[in-house]
Amino acid sequence: MNSKKPQGLFHLLPYLLIGVYFGIVFTKSEVISWFRIQEMFRFQSFHMYGIIGSAVVVALLSVQWIKRTNKRDLDGEVITIPPKEMGSGTRYWMGGTIFGLGWALTGACPGPMFALVGNGITVMTVAILSAVAGTFTYGVLRSKLPH
Amino acid sequence: MIEFISQPWPWYVAGPLIGIVVPALLLLGGKQFGISENLRHMCAMLPTKVEFFQYDWKSGLWNLTLLFGIVIGGWIGTNWLGNSDPIAISEATRIDLLALGITDFSGLVPSELFSWENLSSGPGLIFIVLGGFLVGFGTRYAGGCTSGHAISGLANLQLPSLLAVIGFFAGGLIATFFLLPLIL
Repeated sequence: MNSKKPQGLFHLLPYLLIGVYFGIVFTKSEVISWFRIQEMFRFQSFHMYGIIGSAVVVALLSVQWIKRTNKRDLDGEVITIPPKEMGSGTRYWMGGTIFGLGWALTGACPGPMFALVGNGITVMTVAILSAVAGTFTYGVLRSKLPH
Repeated sequence: MIEFISQPWPWYVAGPLIGIVVPALLLLGGKQFGISENLRHMCAMLPTKVEFFQYDWKSGLWNLTLLFGIVIGGWIGTNWLGNSDPIAISEATRIDLLALGITDFSGLVPSELFSWENLSSGPGLIFIVLGGFLVGFGTRYAGGCTSGHAISGLANLQLPSLLAVIGFFAGGLIATFFLLPLIL
């Protein structure tokens, strides 16, 4: 019983390290900068497009390799990635547009919001709390929204 | 070496470094890269009767841990590996933003909009409080954010993700070209 808990926490260590790695990459590549997001939406630099584009290419090649070779994860489970349900598609373009409005205003998607707090822009904690409130509001209204 | 790391990293270094995390998470524990799930987990921690949040948030402990790591990484990136140069945005962007009244280009974000002093001003409220709310609402409605749709979703050739990414850009363009001139 007691021996299980430390092991559980130990399991989390790789995720902590990946997070630290992300925070460094986000900061050093300036994707957490409101200015960079503005530059992207004004089509005035290739920087953000290059980052997102090359991230997708690397992820795409490796995900296809994982799927084709039926790779297993470290726990020995076959890796499965559930497909996203299209439905009417409304949730994707409508939710996506709402997200985009917020992305351009805050200049940060959820990951970078947290990296900014680490960078000392502590006022972003307010944006994070607002984002939690937004997610909560979605949960409340979910059954009434077209999906 | 440290001098090289202290420079801003070019896109062809940063992009692959981000993309490689998608297979790393899958191989590590069959986990899917998606940061905004954490906002849902935080709601699930609250004592609430809302059905959407009735699950054990501890199933997302790995992701919350990753998120906590991002805060630490942000701190390391700026305090140990940082330089104090302003963000080298293009001259065209600088001119556009100057025309909107942004004058402080010294930090990661414009201090006129993102500071505790300006939080209660009209623009501060809109950029931080409303902006954050729209991010949180929109990402869960769309079922993912930049990481879940634009990177993981497109990498898995998901049409819904493409639709969401088109939405991200539609919203971003509306905010940039219609809302910003109205607010600022």
